[in-house]
Amino acid sequence: MFSTNMHVGQRCVRLLRGRMMSIITHPANDCTAAQQPFGGHTTTVKHMHSILAQHPVLHSGHISLKATEGTLGVGALRGLCYSSVTQHSCQVKQSDSGEPEERTVIIYEPAQVPSRKLPLTEMPAVIDLDDVPSLSALEEISDEEAIQIVVPQALPPTSFSLRDYVDQSETLTKLLQLGVDLWKLDQRRNVGSMLVRLDFQSDMAPRLLFLKDLGLQDGHLGSVITTNPFILTESLDKLKARVSYLKSKKFSTESIASMVCKAPYLLNFNVKRLDNRLGFYQDILGLNPGKTRDIITRLPRLLCRSLEPVKEILKVCELEFGFRTGEIQHMVTEVPKILTANKAKLSKIFDYLNTTMGIPHSLIAKFPQVLNSQFLRIKERHLFLKYLGRAQYDPAEPNYVSLERLVAVPNDVFCVSVALATEEDFERFQKTL
Amino acid sequence: MVTPVRVFRKLEGLFAVYKPSGIHWKLVRDNIEANLLKEINAAPPPAPKLEVRFKALPSREPGTAKELTMAAIQLPVLATSPQVRGPRYRTLKVGVGHRLDAFSSGVLVLGVGQANKALAEFYSSAVTRDYTLEGEFGMATDDFSDTGRIIERTTFEHITLVKLEKILAMIQGGHQKALITYSGVDLQSQEAYELAAQGILHPQSKSPPILKGLRCIHFKPPHFTLEAQCVNETQHYLRKLVHEVGLELRSTAVCTGVRRTRDGLFGLQEALTRQHWTASDIQRTIKVHHSMLKDLKKADNSGHAEEDAQLEQHYQQTGTGEHSTVSITGTGSKQLHSAVKEATENAPSL
Repeated sequence: MFSTNMHVGQRCVRLLRGRMMSIITHPANDCTAAQQPFGGHTTTVKHMHSILAQHPVLHSGHISLKATEGTLGVGALRGLCYSSVTQHSCQVKQSDSGEPEERTVIIYEPAQVPSRKLPLTEMPAVIDLDDVPSLSALEEISDEEAIQIVVPQALPPTSFSLRDYVDQSETLTKLLQLGVDLWKLDQRRNVGSMLVRLDFQSDMAPRLLFLKDLGLQDGHLGSVITTNPFILTESLDKLKARVSYLKSKKFSTESIASMVCKAPYLLNFNVKRLDNRLGFYQDILGLNPGKTRDIITRLPRLLCRSLEPVKEILKVCELEFGFRTGEIQHMVTEVPKILTANKAKLSKIFDYLNTTMGIPHSLIAKFPQVLNSQFLRIKERHLFLKYLGRAQYDPAEPNYVSLERLVAVPNDVFCVSVALATEEDFERFQKTL
Repeated sequence: MVTPVRVFRKLEGLFAVYKPSGIHWKLVRDNIEANLLKEINAAPPPAPKLEVRFKALPSREPGTAKELTMAAIQLPVLATSPQVRGPRYRTLKVGVGHRLDAFSSGVLVLGVGQANKALAEFYSSAVTRDYTLEGEFGMATDDFSDTGRIIERTTFEHITLVKLEKILAMIQGGHQKALITYSGVDLQSQEAYELAAQGILHPQSKSPPILKGLRCIHFKPPHFTLEAQCVNETQHYLRKLVHEVGLELRSTAVCTGVRRTRDGLFGLQEALTRQHWTASDIQRTIKVHHSMLKDLKKADNSGHAEEDAQLEQHYQQTGTGEHSTVSITGTGSKQLHSAVKEATENAPSL
C-alpha cells in the first residue's frame, strides 16, 4: 500500500509540475489515476477551486500550502477536515529547502467528506479502527477555527460552459478583464478546457507581454485571443522566431502588429509556411517587394488561407475576363480583397458590367472597387439610371457617371447627386423590378 | 430603458418585405433574422449580479497571535457578465408566409416570434395574391423564363390586343368554372349567385391554381404585361401560363418577370425595400399594420354601409376588379388608398 502510494506521490509530483489539475481522488483508484496519460481528461477539472480559494496566486512549478498549513494542522489535531485538500498535501518546493519527509501526495477528495488526518509517512503500520475520532457537530471549536472553515462551492467536474469556472479561476478572470469573449470560446471544442488549465503567471503573462511588445494595443488583445486562443499555448521561441523572420522580410513593427490584429492566426504558422506563401505572392503577382508587402499588410489573411482559390481567381481574371497583366496588378494593388472573392459572384458581376452595362475592361480596371460590391446594388442603380436616361459610363461623352460614384456612394448621395431624384423615387423604382 | 427583450417584443408581428429577383427567399429570411438579432443584442444587456464574499484580512501585528478578520465585499458574479453569457438572443423565429421562388420578386410576408401563429393562420386563409406577369413574344424556353434554354423561335406580327384579350377571357372562363366547382356551391342557387357577385367564392379544399382575375395591362409587341389575381398558385405555374398564352396565340411567349404586388392585405406600399430591413423600420410597419387591423375591426363592428360607399369610390378610381386589393377601413386609411393608387400608377411598364 505504501509503496504504490509513494509511486503515486512521485507521479503526482510530475503531474503537478505539468500543471495538470485533474487527478482522480478516489483512494482506491489512486494508481489508475496517476497512470493516466497527460491528455487523458479533456474537460475534467477536479477541485481546482480548492487550490485557488486558498492560493490566489499559483506560483509556477510548485503549489505551496503556506497559508493554510495552520488550518491543516488544526484540522489534523481535530481529526476533521472541512476543506477538500486533505492531509496528503504535496509540498513541492523548487528551492531545495524541502524536507523529503514532507513529500506527500495531494489527493483532492470531494468536499465535506471527513478524511484521513495524518500524512502517509506518519501513518502507523497498523490502524486501530476503534481509534477513529468522533465527528460530532456539537463539538465546540474556537472562533478562529470557525472562521477558517472553508466550505468551498462544489465545482462541477465537467461542464459545457466556462460559466461554472470563471469566478474561481484566475486565468479566466484575467481573460475577461482583457476583453476576451468567453462565450465565443465556449462554443469551440476543447478550447474551454485548455483555457481553464492555463496558468496565468507562467503561460499567459509572458505571451501577453510579447504581444504588447509587438505593438498590439490593449483593446485589441481581447479580440485577438477570442479569435485565436491558441496563441497562448504557442511556444514563445517560435513566436519570436516568426516575428524576427517577418522583420527580416522588411515588415515594419507597426505593420506586423496590424497584421496580427487583422489575422490572429498569423503567428501560429511556422516560418517555412510563411516563407512559402510570401514567395508565392511575390511570384504570382509579379509586383515589386514593397507593393507585395503593402498588399499583405492590408490583407494578412492571404497568408493564412488556402492558396488555391487565389490562383483560381487570378486565372479567371486573365483567361475568362480577359484582363491584361498590368490591369490585374493595378486592380489587386487597389483592392486586394478581389483575391479572396467568390468566383461565381465575381463572374456574375463582371458579366453584368461588361455585357449588360457595356463597360470596357480598361474602365473596370480603373475602378476595381466595383468588382468588390454587391451585385444587386450595381443592378438596381444601373436600371434606375437607365430609366431616367442617365446611364452614361463613357468618360468621353457628357453627363459621365463614374463607376465609383455608381457603387461607392451611399444611397441618399447617389439618389440626389447622381440620379438627380429623391430616395422615395428610387424606392418606388426598386419595387417595380 | 431599452433592453434586448423589449426590442424583441416590439418586433413580434407580421410585416412585408420586397424580395428582389435572383435571390432565394430563404436568404432574405436569414438576412432579416441576422439584422434583427444584431439590433436586439445591441441593446445594453443587464449588468452582472453582485455577490457578497468574505475575504480574510491579514492581521496588522505580525508578531502576535493571528487574528483573522473577515471583511464583506460585494463583487460581481462574473458568470453573469455579458461577456461570459453571450448575447441574450442567439436565434429568432422568423417565418415566411407564401413563398416566392428565386426568379420572382415582390411582396413577401414574414412573421417574428409569436406572430408566427398569425402567419400560419394567414397562410391558410382565403386571401388572394396579385401578380404582374411580364412576357415577351417570339421564343419559348424549357423553364418558361427568359433565362432558360431556348427551344423555339416564332414570329408574332400577327398578334393583336384583341386576340390577346380573347385568349385571356377564355382562360379566365375556365378558371371561373373551376372556382365554382372547388368552392362547393350549387351553381343554380341564389346563394351561389350572391357569393359570386361579391367575389368571395373560394376553394374549400386543396385545389389546383385558380385565377380569380386576369387582364392585360400593357401591350407593345413583343412585350406585354398581364395582371392576375390568384389562389393556390406557384410562380412556375404563372410562367407556364404566359407560355400557354403564347401557344394559344399561335406563337410562343416567354416570361421575363413575375412580380407579386399584393399578398392579402400587404401591398407594395407596405413592403420594405432592402435598405429598410432593419429593426426600427420593421417595428414601424408592424405598428402601422396593427392600427390598420384595429380600424378594420372597428369598421366591421360599426356597419357595412360606409365600407360599400368607399369601395365603390375606390373602384371608380383604380378600376381594379378585385375586392380585397385594398383594405376596407375607416377614415384613417384614405391616405393608404391614395398611396396604393399612386404606387400602382407609378409602376412604369417597361
